[in-house]
Amino acid sequence: MSTDRIEKRVVLRAPRSRVWRAISDAKEFGTWFRISLDGPFAAGKTVRGSHGSFKVDIQVERIEPERYFSYRWHPYPKDPAVDYSAEPMTLVEFTLEEAEGGGTALTIVESGFDRIPLARRAEAFRMNTEGWGGQIKNLERYVS
Amino acid sequence: MSRSSGAAVLFAALGDATRLSLLRRLSLDGPLSITRLSEGTGVTRQAITKHLNTLGNVGLVRHARRGREQVWELERKRLEKARAYLDRVAAQWDAAAARLKAFVEE
Repeated sequence: MSTDRIEKRVVLRAPRSRVWRAISDAKEFGTWFRISLDGPFAAGKTVRGSHGSFKVDIQVERIEPERYFSYRWHPYPKDPAVDYSAEPMTLVEFTLEEAEGGGTALTIVESGFDRIPLARRAEAFRMNTEGWGGQIKNLERYVS
Repeated sequence: MSRSSGAAVLFAALGDATRLSLLRRLSLDGPLSITRLSEGTGVTRQAITKHLNTLGNVGLVRHARRGREQVWELERKRLEKARAYLDRVAAQWDAAAARLKAFVEE
């Protein structure tokens, strides 16, 4: 019954070095994540990301080449009108392994949601901008 | 009640350490009586009753009879709604992972 973490595992048909570059290179990360970042990732550094009026700070924690990359940020919903700086952040971790039969197994974990104010988690149910629109059906299923 | 306020009320009910620990106990060992729920907690039976009623009002727990005993149990369906927030964040990650997959496999 964990309400604290999300874990995703995906096998990518690409070598580990390729996947690593897509995650650890801020330009490449921005391409698939759809965000533009104002600097390279480095341990202990904060990189500002933006997508229209949507802004997010990524605090890089740890970089272990071709194996592990982690950062902290303020999780969804990210309402441009709200200042989240005083709130706790969640930790996002990318772990790369060789996949059986070739390719790269990537695990993405986001954790620390139990420390996020409940009011803000409830707020997610009201948001329908910044890509939340497609989730309206789920929303209706859950809260009706 | 509108959908968003329904969720807000649910989260407000969850926003208390004693109530969260009651839910945890009921999830692991429930159904349980108020006497069992208050054992070793340092919280009075009256306070436990009040918290259970708050949780009951938003449909997170319900009471039932077991023999002569009144017990409380978890309403699992309602609790799953509280997980909906994580499901929504998870959906964002699904979409991002799919874009990453397309990006590195091209």
